[in-house]
Amino acid sequence: MLTHLPILQVILPLVAAPSCLFLQKSRLSWAFTLLVSLAAFVVSALLLQQVMSEGSIRYSLGGWDAPWGIEYRIDVLNAWVLFIVTGVSTAVIAAARASVESELGASRQTIFYTLYLLCFSGLLGIVATGDVFNVFVFLEISSLSTYALIAMGRDRRALWSAFQYLVLGTIGATFILIGIGFLYMMTGTLNMLDLAERLPAVESSTAVLAAFAFILVGICLKLALFPLHLWLPNAYSSAPSIVTAFLAATATKVALYLLVRFTVTVFGIDFSLSALPLQSLFILLGLAGVFVGSAVAIYQSNIKRMFAYSSVAQIGYMIVGIGISTVAGLQATLLHLFNHALMKAALFLALAGLVLRAGGCALEDFRGLGRRMPWTMGAIAVAGASLVGMPLTAGFISKWHLIAAAIDSGFWILALLIVAGSLLSAVYVWRLIDAAYLQGPDKSLPEQGRNEAPLGILIPTWGLVLANLYFGVETSLPVTVTQAASAYLLGGAP
Amino acid sequence: MGTDTLLGLALGLPILAFAGVLFADRRQNLREAVSLISAGCLLWAVSLLYRPVLDGEVIGLSWAEVMPGIEIAFRAEPLGLLFALVASFLWIVTTLYAIGYMRGHGEANQTRFFALFALSIASVMGIAFAENLFTLFVFYEVLTLATYPLVTHAGTEKAKAGGRTYLMILLGTSVGFFLVAIAGTWLLAGTLSFTRGGVFPPETGPAVLSLLLVLYVFGVGKAAIMPFHRWLPAAMVAPTPVSALLHAVAVVKAGVFVILKVCLMIFGLETLKAIPATTWLLYLAAVSILLASLVALRQDNLKARLAYSTVSQLGYITLGALLATSAGIAGGAMHIVMHAFGKITLFFCAGAILVAAHKTEISELDGLGRQMPLTMGAFFLASLCIIGVPPTGGTWSKWFLLLGTVEAEQWLLVVLLMLSSLLSIAYLLPIPLRAFFPRNGVQATGPVAVREAPWPSMLAIAVTAIGCVLLLAYPTIISRLIQVGL
Repeated sequence: MLTHLPILQVILPLVAAPSCLFLQKSRLSWAFTLLVSLAAFVVSALLLQQVMSEGSIRYSLGGWDAPWGIEYRIDVLNAWVLFIVTGVSTAVIAAARASVESELGASRQTIFYTLYLLCFSGLLGIVATGDVFNVFVFLEISSLSTYALIAMGRDRRALWSAFQYLVLGTIGATFILIGIGFLYMMTGTLNMLDLAERLPAVESSTAVLAAFAFILVGICLKLALFPLHLWLPNAYSSAPSIVTAFLAATATKVALYLLVRFTVTVFGIDFSLSALPLQSLFILLGLAGVFVGSAVAIYQSNIKRMFAYSSVAQIGYMIVGIGISTVAGLQATLLHLFNHALMKAALFLALAGLVLRAGGCALEDFRGLGRRMPWTMGAIAVAGASLVGMPLTAGFISKWHLIAAAIDSGFWILALLIVAGSLLSAVYVWRLIDAAYLQGPDKSLPEQGRNEAPLGILIPTWGLVLANLYFGVETSLPVTVTQAASAYLLGGAP
Repeated sequence: MGTDTLLGLALGLPILAFAGVLFADRRQNLREAVSLISAGCLLWAVSLLYRPVLDGEVIGLSWAEVMPGIEIAFRAEPLGLLFALVASFLWIVTTLYAIGYMRGHGEANQTRFFALFALSIASVMGIAFAENLFTLFVFYEVLTLATYPLVTHAGTEKAKAGGRTYLMILLGTSVGFFLVAIAGTWLLAGTLSFTRGGVFPPETGPAVLSLLLVLYVFGVGKAAIMPFHRWLPAAMVAPTPVSALLHAVAVVKAGVFVILKVCLMIFGLETLKAIPATTWLLYLAAVSILLASLVALRQDNLKARLAYSTVSQLGYITLGALLATSAGIAGGAMHIVMHAFGKITLFFCAGAILVAAHKTEISELDGLGRQMPLTMGAFFLASLCIIGVPPTGGTWSKWFLLLGTVEAEQWLLVVLLMLSSLLSIAYLLPIPLRAFFPRNGVQATGPVAVREAPWPSMLAIAVTAIGCVLLLAYPTIISRLIQVGL
């Protein structure tokens, strides 16, 4: 059983998705999805533990050894990302029932959970596989289901957002496919490790260079790296609240994983840095993302949209970490990947509760929220502090590592700019605090009593919030894992 | 009992009091008993630390290591002990006073009031005993958050507006400047622990150090250096006991304490002297002292005048720290104590006048001295303590500050200090004078039978006013600690 964990991780939700269709009762399909997600979480925790103690796992699908068969290869990096994705998914699905019921109506819920499971298994597949064509297949599975999920949003704008994402996402996926085709042409293999071995022999050819460029741009589109981020704010703000929480915390993280996997493992960090001026490119684009994303976020009146732009900014930080391209920098990126998943999932889940009760999440709806929904608003306040990077929250840890990594490599100005970016995020988080606690309720509206979100949403939200606080003080788990992962990737140690 | 346990007690007791008050909730007597008893125990625990600290014993605790080299840790050292002693002693007195005031005034939400009061003291203890800047920053922020609901206690629009300014300035400066300065310190020095003589390696450039010093001085918004002083007058919407303990002792003193400690144990006096920014900040502090005094002169509202007087007096302490001479530091540290006793008495009196005579404006006080002789007498004594003349302890701190200024050969500052002493006479002394010697033809107004405030409040006023006088006779309690600390 334990030897089959890598495939179990992916096949479980993949098989569960069509089975979910047979469960006609909406509550039953929710419980089923939660169960599957929980099982996937347990599997990923076991995998992480196994990888940390025994090193990488290789698993050949159907007993066909690579390069004939597809190989799944779990090292510290994918085990870590799998752990994050399944963990967040479990929390999000646990909170989903009430919100999905109110936003989608009774008839479409089973379809929703089916699509969700498909998307979930697609993301897990991308992370677990060691075969580049398999990456493309799972990318399509997750993308197609994501488009459909976004289109299920409440108002008609969701259709437009989904279409926009579909066009850009398809371009991205096509680019990746073209790149993979070139690689296959040059090396005759699709296995990542074989590719890594054979590419150095042909790395001076234009085809490899073109493959690199295509794959890079394709991934950056999925990643919403500035200036390829235009689809993200629309998609996040019009998707159903639960979908936003899930996508914000997982989809971009998986794309980021792909970026690291391709630049570091497949092409090799030396090639990646010399083929293109990747270091300065990533640092510049990342910083641009931080500043543009945060600055635009400050002026948003739709709070879901505001946090969507904030995601663009946070992705910027992670890209900067890759751009620094030292062990410390990569570690900061991987730490922020985890911490950002924690805070954004908490924030968007809290927003789901707000949408459920107030019917929307404009800045106006926050007036006097500290009194009407104290627990929901408390969660937003703490997770917001984590987003800013206040001490004792998880956000502080990753920002601190990022700044330290920048200084270690001599990028003083970069460190200052990172701090300045945090101040911008303090501004937009402050707007919420100000409206909720300090301005008092809107006088023109009738007096509203206490109207807290249901426990079903509050408990997972606060679970995530407490995780934000816990990992802000007791950092040994994320720090050791990310340290091991980045040392393994860059140092070549087992 | 081990000294480490005592330190743990000093940190834990106020937290226990917080829980205890919440548990007692509406049972008024129990709630007040919990507050008073834990305040007494706290003072006992802190004062037992006095002797070991004087003997140079190393007393430390570590709670958690957040990252390698960054931990939540505490250490009892002389300067922090001084601050903790003052705060814990005045907590007892203020609790006594608050019982009389809150009952006499019939305030609502008293449980929240007493609970958050205890939480504020807990964070003050955290600040006083912090072993490193990280721990200090955490408790500094907790103090801001714990005192915010106290400021907006009244729940009126005005209180909320005041609270908003309060929170915005204190959080803004601490996140925008203070935290940045701490990060810079870590990157330059590789440590955040308070170390005698400073932490920066000698090759650090003066420009970087200047920038850091400016960030520290502005980042510690609680020290209320202009132009970041607006929160202090805004906080005067709070009930008087809050203004007394928090905005004359705990919060503002936490600010100047941080400045003193950063100057002494992060920069070190030698480094501080060599930085160009020090001189500029010295003059900024002097300007802050003078301007705040001038503004105070024009305030008719009693609490507003006291608030601006606080801004001005805090400037003295910052100035003392930035002088970078041992006399300057000693004067600044002493003034933390002297100003605490003087200002808390003044606020107590202002509260007593409000409760007994329902008056808030200075122009209404004519002839009140006849009805409330004890209160106005205490007000007079405390004013002398702030101005810095005998028979009060304020004499010492002003003396050392002047000495420090002369030692640093800042002659212009000597003149400015003299001038602002005159100003403080001009804005403080007319208040008791008017009360005792009403202007011709003006009769005492208001309810005919105004009497002194309830006895617990009067007892508190008596204790602090006598304290002002005793500090003149026994300054050695303080100065010995400072000597060990320097």
